[in-house]
Amino acid sequence: MSLVATAKPPALLNDYQAFPDADGRFGDYGGRYVPETLMPLVLDLDRAYAEAKVDPAFQAKLAGYLATYVGRPSPLYLAERLTAHFGGAKIYLKREELNHTGAHKINNCMGQILLARRMDKTRIIAETGAGQHGVATATVCALFGLPCIVYMGAVDVERQAPNVLRMNLLGAEVRPVTSGASTLKDAMNEALRDWVSNVEDTYYLIGSAAGPHPYPVMVRDFQAVIGLETREQILHAEGRLPDVLVACVGGGSNAIGLFHPFLNDEGVRIIGVEAAGDGMDTDRHAAALNGGRPGVLHGNKTYLLQTADGQITEAHSISAGLDYPGIGPEHAWLHDVGRAQYLTATDDEALEAFQLCARLEGIVPALESAHALARLPQIAVEVGKGGVVVLNLSGRGDKDLATVAARLGLPV
Amino acid sequence: MSVARIAARLAALADENRAAFVAYVMAGDPDPASAAAILKGLPGAGADIIELGLPFSDPVADGPSIQRAGIRALEQGVTVAGVLDRVREFRETDTATPLILMGYLNPLLSYGLAAFAAHAAEAGVDGVIVVDCPPEEAGTLGDALDRQGVALIRLATPTTDADRLKIVAQGTRGFVYYVSVSGVTGGKQAQAQDIAPAIARVRAASGLPVVVGFGIRTPAQAAAVARVADGAVVGTALVDVLADALASGRDPVAGVLATVASLAQGVRAARLVAA
Repeated sequence: MSLVATAKPPALLNDYQAFPDADGRFGDYGGRYVPETLMPLVLDLDRAYAEAKVDPAFQAKLAGYLATYVGRPSPLYLAERLTAHFGGAKIYLKREELNHTGAHKINNCMGQILLARRMDKTRIIAETGAGQHGVATATVCALFGLPCIVYMGAVDVERQAPNVLRMNLLGAEVRPVTSGASTLKDAMNEALRDWVSNVEDTYYLIGSAAGPHPYPVMVRDFQAVIGLETREQILHAEGRLPDVLVACVGGGSNAIGLFHPFLNDEGVRIIGVEAAGDGMDTDRHAAALNGGRPGVLHGNKTYLLQTADGQITEAHSISAGLDYPGIGPEHAWLHDVGRAQYLTATDDEALEAFQLCARLEGIVPALESAHALARLPQIAVEVGKGGVVVLNLSGRGDKDLATVAARLGLPV
Repeated sequence: MSVARIAARLAALADENRAAFVAYVMAGDPDPASAAAILKGLPGAGADIIELGLPFSDPVADGPSIQRAGIRALEQGVTVAGVLDRVREFRETDTATPLILMGYLNPLLSYGLAAFAAHAAEAGVDGVIVVDCPPEEAGTLGDALDRQGVALIRLATPTTDADRLKIVAQGTRGFVYYVSVSGVTGGKQAQAQDIAPAIARVRAASGLPVVVGFGIRTPAQAAAVARVADGAVVGTALVDVLADALASGRDPVAGVLATVASLAQGVRAARLVAA
C-alpha cells in the first residue's frame, strides 16, 4: 500500500489524484445536488467519512474484514490462453470475481457498513441493478445484524432472479420498483425517496462511484484497494507498471478503483469500456460519455443520456449492472481532460467475449466485465508483444446464465 | 413585477390577516386544453399564488401522484419552452397572481440558465423553486434569476438546523418554502402544532414570509397551517382529484377548481375561526 505514496511523482503539472475539492468537484463534475432535506445528511456523512478515513482503527478494522471475510487480496492472474489467442500484449486479469459474493461490490459495502455502524445508523437501504451490489449490501447487513432494504427495478428483478433469491436468503427485503423503465435509475430514485422519508435512522449505501458528494470519492477510496493491490502485484510479476488498464464502466466503481492509484503514472494508458447495447448508431445503449452530455441527476453533475429538453432517457444494455444513463463524475472529468479514454462494446461483442473467456480460461465472467474483455483484441494487438495489459474482471457470470442462455437460444 | 408581485400579494394578504392559499398543478396535465383551463381558473377559484410544476423524468422528491402527473405531462410533450408559453398566455388575463415554477435542475440546465431566467421573467414568471439545487449549488442559477428580478425560492426542512438556516435564508427571495415533513410530496401528513415553532424559526432567520408545503391535503389541514404560516401549499390532493376525474371519465377542470375553492375557503376562514 505504501507503494503509491512513494511512487507518486512530485511535480506533475496535473495532479490527477488531487480531486475532488472540498465541495466534491472533479473539475465541473460532481457536487451535491440533493433536496434540502438530504443536505444535512450528506454533509454529516462527509464529516463522518473524513474522520473515519484518517482513523487507523477504522482502517485496520476494514483491512481485517477485507482479508478474512472478503478474501483479499484478489489474485492478479496471467491469462496465457487469452494472451496467445490475441497474439499481442500479455493479458493479466485482476480477479475481483473471486471476492466473497462474486464481485468487486463487497469492497465498498464493507467500508460503508463500518461507517454506518460508526454513525449509529440502524437501517440500511441500497439500490441495485444487476443485483451484485444488492447481494453485497445484504451480505454485510447480515454480517452485522442490520435490517436491509434493497430497491431493484422490476425488470432487473426478473432478469436477475438468482440474485433476488440470494438477497432474500441473506435476510434483505427486495422492493421491486415499477416506475420509469423499472431498472437501476428508477431503483436509485426510489432509494433516494426512502432516504428523504427516513432521515433519522437510515444509511443509504450507494454502490457506484456516483451520487452526491462524498459518495463518489468514498466509493472510489473503498474500491481503490483494487488498483493498489494491482500495482504491487504487477510490479512483483513484471517488475514494471502495466501499459494499459482496462475496465468496464457503468457507474464506474470497479473502473475508478483500478484506475485511481495509477492516474499520475503518465506511462499507464487508462481505458474504460461503456455498454453500447444494440450499437452506438442506435438509441439503445448505455454509453453516457460516448452518447450523452453533461447534466444533473441523482445528486451529481456528470454525463447523462438525455433528450434535448433535459429529460433523462433510459439506458439499454444486456448487462443489468451497466444499464444506467449516467456515469460517476470522476470518469466524466477524466474523459474531458483526456487522462482516460472511453471505448464501447455492444451486447453482441460482450456475449462473444463472455463465451471466449469461459472457453479459453475456464472463467465465466459477469456480462459487465465481458464488455471490457470485448475490447481486448484491439488493445492487445495495439500494445503488442512485450506489452502488459491489466483487465479488471469485476464479477463472475453465474447470475447472467439465464440472460446468456436466452440470447444464445440455449436451454437452461 | 416578479419578486415584487410575490411581495405585493403576500403583503396584501397579511393586511387582511390571512394566509395565502398556494395551489400546485403540473404544467400541461392532463392535456393542453384542460391544463390551460385549470391555470386560467385557479385565481377565480381562490388560489392566491400558483405553483406550476415543470415535469421531470426523475422526480426524486415527489411521491407517486406527482410522479404520474409528470409522466402524463411528458407524454403530452411538455417542455420548459412550452410552459413559458403557457405562462405568457396566462398573463394576458392575469397580471396580479404570483406564478412560481417548481421543478428540477436538469431541464433548466438543458435550456440554459441565463436564457431560462430571461425568458421566464419576460413570460411573467415570478419565482422558481428547484428541488434538487441546494444553496451550495445555486450560485449560477441564483445570479441569473437575480439579474432578471425573478425569485429563487429556497426550501427549508425539518432537517435544516440553525446553522444551515442561515445559508438557506441568505439567498432566498419572495418567501421561504418550508417543507413540513421529511418525505416526498403526498406522503406523511403535517401536524400544525409541530410546525409552528419551525415557522417562527425560519421567519426569524430569513425576515421573509414562510409558506408551508408537503403533507397538506384537506381544507381543515390547510386551515390549521394557515393559522401559523403565511401560506399553505396543496399539490398532491389536487393532482389526485385530477387523476380520479380522468380515471372515471369526469371533467378534470371542474373537479380541480372545485377542490381549490374548498381548500381556499379553509385557508380564508382559518384565522376568523381562530379569532
